[in-house]
Amino acid sequence: MKIPYYPGCTLKTTADYFETSAIASAKALGIEMVELPDWNCCGVVGSLTSDDLIRHLAPVRNMLRVEEMNARGDIENENRLLTLCSMCYNTLQRTNARIKQSSEDLESINNIMYLEEEPYKGTTEVVHFFQLLEEMGFDELAKKIVKPLKGLKIAPYYGCMLLRPEELGIDKPDDPTIMENFVESLGADAVQWNARSICCGSYHTVSNKEIVVKLAYEILHNARKCGADLLITSCPLCAFNLDNRQEEVEAQYLDFEPIPVLYFSQLLALALGLGVEATAFDKNYIDPRPILKKKGLLK
Amino acid sequence: MTGNVKKIKLTDRSVEFLRQVEEISGEEITVCEQCGTCSGGCPFVEEMDITPSQIMRKVMIGQEDVLQSRTMWICASCFTCTIRCPRKLDVSKVAEALRQIELRLAIDEIDLNDISENELEKLPTIAIVGAYRKLTG
Repeated sequence: MKIPYYPGCTLKTTADYFETSAIASAKALGIEMVELPDWNCCGVVGSLTSDDLIRHLAPVRNMLRVEEMNARGDIENENRLLTLCSMCYNTLQRTNARIKQSSEDLESINNIMYLEEEPYKGTTEVVHFFQLLEEMGFDELAKKIVKPLKGLKIAPYYGCMLLRPEELGIDKPDDPTIMENFVESLGADAVQWNARSICCGSYHTVSNKEIVVKLAYEILHNARKCGADLLITSCPLCAFNLDNRQEEVEAQYLDFEPIPVLYFSQLLALALGLGVEATAFDKNYIDPRPILKKKGLLK
Repeated sequence: MTGNVKKIKLTDRSVEFLRQVEEISGEEITVCEQCGTCSGGCPFVEEMDITPSQIMRKVMIGQEDVLQSRTMWICASCFTCTIRCPRKLDVSKVAEALRQIELRLAIDEIDLNDISENELEKLPTIAIVGAYRKLTG
C-alpha cells in the first residue's frame, strides 16, 4: 500500500528518529509512506477563533497536495493523508473538519489561495499512524512481530492532541484503548496509569518552563509509581517536555527517578526485528538501552 | 429580588465586550451555568490567578478587566475542559478569543530576545512555532 505522508517541521529536525523508525516499520508492514511534495507548516496549534480563516490556509495547502498527487497519478486512489506527529494530526484535522462543515469557508479559503492552480475540493482525509495500524488490525500486527517485547511494561502516553476535542480525536477521549492495544500487539504489557492524557504543558516549555517541569514530574512520577519501565508518545513536543526536560525535573524533585520516553515507532521497529538505524535508541535523552537490555530485549 | 441576590446592570460597553468575545470564539457564553467543571479538571489551574469558570463569569457580565488576568495566557488549549463541559461550551475557544483581543492590538506576550541561546538551541521547532503562534500577534 502507498499512502501520502505529511512529516511536519520537527520530524525533519530534532525528532528525525521518529520519522526514520516509523518509515522503516511501515515498510516492514508493507506500507510505503510517500512524502508530500512541497509540504508546508501544518499551521501548528490550530486556530480556535471563528473569524480568521487565513490561519487555515497552511493546512489546506497540505491537504490540496493529496488531491494533486492523485490527479497526477503519483498515488493511486488514496485520499488519506498520513501523519505521525500528534500536533500535526490535530491541526490538519481541525481545518479539514471545519471546511467539510462549511462550504462557504472552503470557498473563502480557495479565493485567497492565489499561488495554487487548482482549488482544494475537500476530499482529503487526515489519519494518524495508529489508525492505520488499527485498520490493519492489532491481531494482524501481532502476527508480524518477530521479537515480542515480553515483560516490558509500557505506559502509553496519549497527551492531548490524539484525543481532544472529541470530534477530532482518534479514540474516545475519556476511555481510549488504541495505544494499549498497540502495546499489547507488540507483546508488551500496557500499564494502567492515571496521567496518560494529562497535558505536558505544551509550548509553555519556551517561555514558562516551570509549568512544564511540574507537569512532567507529575506525569513521569505517576508512570513510575504504576510500574512502567518506560513511556511511549507520538508527539515531538510531549517527547521534548517529558524526555529532555527530565534534566530540570531531576534537579527540582529529589524523589524523581529518570524514566525513558520513546516514540512508539522505535519500539515497533524493535519488535519488527529492525536494526539500530530504525530503532535509534541512542537519540533519546534518557537512554532506553539499559532497561531494554535488562529485559533481554537488546544485546 | 430577595435575599443576597445582587443585581448587575450591564452597560452598553460591557454588552459590546461580551458580544466581541462571543463573535471571536463562536461560543454562546451566556449559557454557562457556572458549575465549575472546567476549573476542577484544568491541569493548569494552580498557575492561574482566576479560574476558567471565573473567566467565563467575567466575560458573561462584560467585565473587560478579565483581560488583565494571567489565566488566558496560562491556558495551553489542552481541551480537557472542552470535553467535559455539560453545556458543551468550549472554554479553550474563549481563552483564545481573549488572547486574540490583546494580540490583535499588537501586544505580544513573549519576546524571542528573552529566551537564552542555550535554550533556543535545545528547543524543538514545534515548541517555538507553537509558542509564537499562540502568544504573539
